[in-house]
Amino acid sequence: MSAVAGGDRRITYREALREALREALSADPRVFLMGEDVGRYGGCYAVTKSLLAEFGEERIRDTPLSESAFVGAGIGAALGGLRPIVEIMTCNFSLLALDQIVNNAATLCHMSAGQCPVPVVIRMATGAGRQLAAQHSHSFEGWYAHIPGLRIVAPATIDDARGMLAAALRSPDPVLMFEHIGLLNMEGELIEPLVPLDIDHAAIRRAGRDLTMLSYGASLFKCLEAAATLAGAGVEAEVVDLRTLRPLDDTRIMESVRRTHRVLIVDEGWRSGGLSAELGMRIVEQAFYELDAPIARVCTAEIPIPYPKHLEDAALPSVERVVSAARALVAHES
Amino acid sequence: MTDAAETPDVTREQALQLLGGMLRIRQFEDRCAQLYTELKIRGFLHLYNGEEAVAVGVMQALAPQDAIVATYREHGHALARGVPMNALMAEMFGKRTGASGGRGGSMHVFDTARRFFGGNAIVGGGLPLAVGLALAEKLGRRNGIAACFFGEGAVAEGEFHESLNLAALWRLPVLFICENNLYAMGTALARSEANTDVSAKAASYGMTALPVDGMDVLAVAAATRAAVGAIRGGGGPRLLECRTYRLRAHSMFDAQLYRDKAEVEEWRKRGPLITFTTRCKAAGLITEEDFQRLEKAADGEVEAAVAFAERSEWEPLDALERFVYAEHAT
Amino acid sequence: MPSLGADMEAGTLVEWRIDKGSRVKRGDVVALVDTEKGVIDIESFEDGVVESLSVKPGVRVPVGTTLALFEGEPVAHAAALPPARAGAPVAIPTMPPAAAPSVERARRISPAARARAASLGVDVAAIHGTGPQGVVTLADVEATVAAAGAKPAAPAAAGRAGIRNAIAASMGRSKREIPHYYLQLALDFQAAASWLEEFNRVRPVPERLLPAVLLIKATARAAAEKDGFSGFYGAGGFARSQAVHVGVAIALRGGGLVAPAILDADRKPLPTIMHELQDLVARVRSGHMRSSEIGTATLTITSLGDEGVDLLLPIIYPPQVAIVGFGSVLERPWAVDGRVEVRPVLNLTLAADHRVTDGRLGAQFLARIRDWLMKPAEL
Repeated sequence: MSAVAGGDRRITYREALREALREALSADPRVFLMGEDVGRYGGCYAVTKSLLAEFGEERIRDTPLSESAFVGAGIGAALGGLRPIVEIMTCNFSLLALDQIVNNAATLCHMSAGQCPVPVVIRMATGAGRQLAAQHSHSFEGWYAHIPGLRIVAPATIDDARGMLAAALRSPDPVLMFEHIGLLNMEGELIEPLVPLDIDHAAIRRAGRDLTMLSYGASLFKCLEAAATLAGAGVEAEVVDLRTLRPLDDTRIMESVRRTHRVLIVDEGWRSGGLSAELGMRIVEQAFYELDAPIARVCTAEIPIPYPKHLEDAALPSVERVVSAARALVAHES
Repeated sequence: MTDAAETPDVTREQALQLLGGMLRIRQFEDRCAQLYTELKIRGFLHLYNGEEAVAVGVMQALAPQDAIVATYREHGHALARGVPMNALMAEMFGKRTGASGGRGGSMHVFDTARRFFGGNAIVGGGLPLAVGLALAEKLGRRNGIAACFFGEGAVAEGEFHESLNLAALWRLPVLFICENNLYAMGTALARSEANTDVSAKAASYGMTALPVDGMDVLAVAAATRAAVGAIRGGGGPRLLECRTYRLRAHSMFDAQLYRDKAEVEEWRKRGPLITFTTRCKAAGLITEEDFQRLEKAADGEVEAAVAFAERSEWEPLDALERFVYAEHAT
Repeated sequence: MPSLGADMEAGTLVEWRIDKGSRVKRGDVVALVDTEKGVIDIESFEDGVVESLSVKPGVRVPVGTTLALFEGEPVAHAAALPPARAGAPVAIPTMPPAAAPSVERARRISPAARARAASLGVDVAAIHGTGPQGVVTLADVEATVAAAGAKPAAPAAAGRAGIRNAIAASMGRSKREIPHYYLQLALDFQAAASWLEEFNRVRPVPERLLPAVLLIKATARAAAEKDGFSGFYGAGGFARSQAVHVGVAIALRGGGLVAPAILDADRKPLPTIMHELQDLVARVRSGHMRSSEIGTATLTITSLGDEGVDLLLPIIYPPQVAIVGFGSVLERPWAVDGRVEVRPVLNLTLAADHRVTDGRLGAQFLARIRDWLMKPAEL
């Protein structure tokens, strides 16, 4: 992977994450990484491959299967002045550390009136699509986005996979970073030289005038593909990558709604009480008079994710469902 | 248990200091009980009466650079660590001059200037934090330790086992202090643990774990000194099981249906204040006048703290949404 | 009765451990109280001698009730606790039965369409909705506006043209199809200005007239006298309109113009025209036009009176055949009785459809407007 000075180069999402980790570990001696199988195994999804050899056992720490203890230890280490990156193998296992995340990471700053900020970054793989069935296919980003005190980010593009970690480490607050398993092999152009990114803003990935698609993570690419199909039928969709799910970038979202007047939210979480519900409500609160049609959403079907491919595909948001929903949104009867 | 006739191995000054420390806690807790019945303190109030020797004895042997994690029954630990009584009482009231700005209340006392990290209300929830604080000491090449207080009820939580294992595996400088007061709220240890030997459980994770007479402040102090010395020497984590007793109920609204009043009375006679005072008087280290003086001083300090809390201000409503996120870069 | 928990509202005294005259030390158990959680010992937090017991065993009292008094205790102290308020059961109000739903189905219009219609001064009742189930959408509002500027037979504008696009379409068509000719006439506005000043001086503010009112009526009367300037040009040629409805171009906030009409302007007294003009402007700005006011002007006047422009060369609004422009009233040198004086000068311009009138007729038309403005008292 040779870097061409001032040019772009092609890397995978996985490699971008790894480069980000490498840069973080090199740049700041306070940074260290811990999680299950991040060291000798090279990471469940091979994100951390070769980092142990490069940075040693002190800074790349394999942990026992004790999510609560090692996530809590990450929080404690952050209190103690370090900059831990805790890797929970997948968001499915994060439930075992929910007490530490919600009752400690999210609350310590507030309970102590600002004495105890918790600058920990917790990375988790998320999402479905590999026939891993109900207990290994959750998307809990929206759930965690419910909790004040946490910051929730979802890098979708190669640039974000490369650049969001540095921004997360700069934040004095606990940041949960969700990396969709479907994106790991995705290849794309990394634009160099790198510019510092933030974790405060959404980004418009495709400009359009007929409807706004709001999405994040792997669903973003389903929206882009749907937008390409729709363009062929003369419907120009604007695709917004939320990037940060807590806080949500209301400003950019509403700007887009004011431009297009029609909204389609695509979220791999379940619809009930999920992120799509929150986005819809905010749009009603802030841009009601801009709406030319009811807000639409495409979410995962309200079932635990099933194992067989045809059922899993039917349950998850798909390009076809997105196109179909977009068409209904802009439909005219004459 | 320590023989009450044994001459305490302390100077008069040290004895006065230890006794005074325990008296301050006792007076503070009793006053909180009264204030609670008068609706000045709200929420949950967990009082430390009977366990004073543990907090005072352990804090004796810790250094300023050590980090402390405690539970929701932490007033004694906070006072013994040097958190000002005014700030502590104001926190009880919820005033902005409280140790946690009034935001935490009785169960969430924080004072980072004294490396006092709460005040944690989830049983067992503080143990991983202590492991992390110790990890930071080790990776930062510093010589502080993390002292983690918890009750024997936490032994049932998975986090106890996960944390002890992790601390031992990574040889982290954690001192785990289990305050075994025999009851987790209303459940006696024998009703929840197939094996009630807390020290044995800890030892099975690969660390030295010793029982200590939690009613004897000197025994606690000595055991802590020894453990801390070993930990600072790189020996990995240790556990002290301080056997003690809670003279008041679990919290204010507790009819104590689960234990005999006679049992409480028995332990009251063996309480840390009574036994230490008796021993010191018998050894000629202190007099009754000394005791009265210390009691009066503690009383005065408590009243001053109440007055401070009463006249302190409430946080203004427009500050409601502060502190959810850090207001400064770290 | 002490509070022992956030959800404790009252307790029942079970047993006294003290009596009148008992000497009590701090920490002594003085009573037993029964609560939801069981019987709890109540301790005294003070030393003292009991003067009286206030509550008998077996009685349930709210938190804060005085149970006993010590000697020397001022009564006020014991009553310092705020009495717990027993929650009275809240009466659940019965809702009056909902009024029977109205028989006709409500029109459905999207919030954005409603807002756009208001800003354009379009009556939503006149709009045909093409959204799902007949919902009126933005596109429908914009189509209506564009159609108002075009012939009725023109196909409804597809797509999402804004007001500027509607104007663009209309003006483009006008320039393409209508052979415009232009005339200009400068007049001394002194007579009109003086008359207005005098008229307004003796009247309270709500009854005063703006110069625009004179321009409207003068134009209307001239159009009533001279054929060829008030009416519509269609497939069958020019159709003269008996009634003179003067369209007044009013600028919209946010860009664009509408030109609603003052109906029968040649016949209305000046104060009436003034009120109608004010009302029109207000309703245009707040978006409450009547459909009868849009598309019914038989000729239009337009003015840039505030902008300091000498004269303007306007474009005819099809299917009308004439439009009169009024420039700003500006101080200019003017020949009076062989001398040069400074007078308030107003430039009238006429753009007219050469298929209907020619320059000679146009000049006469403008002259009539001037004549009327020279004798405002007769307007």
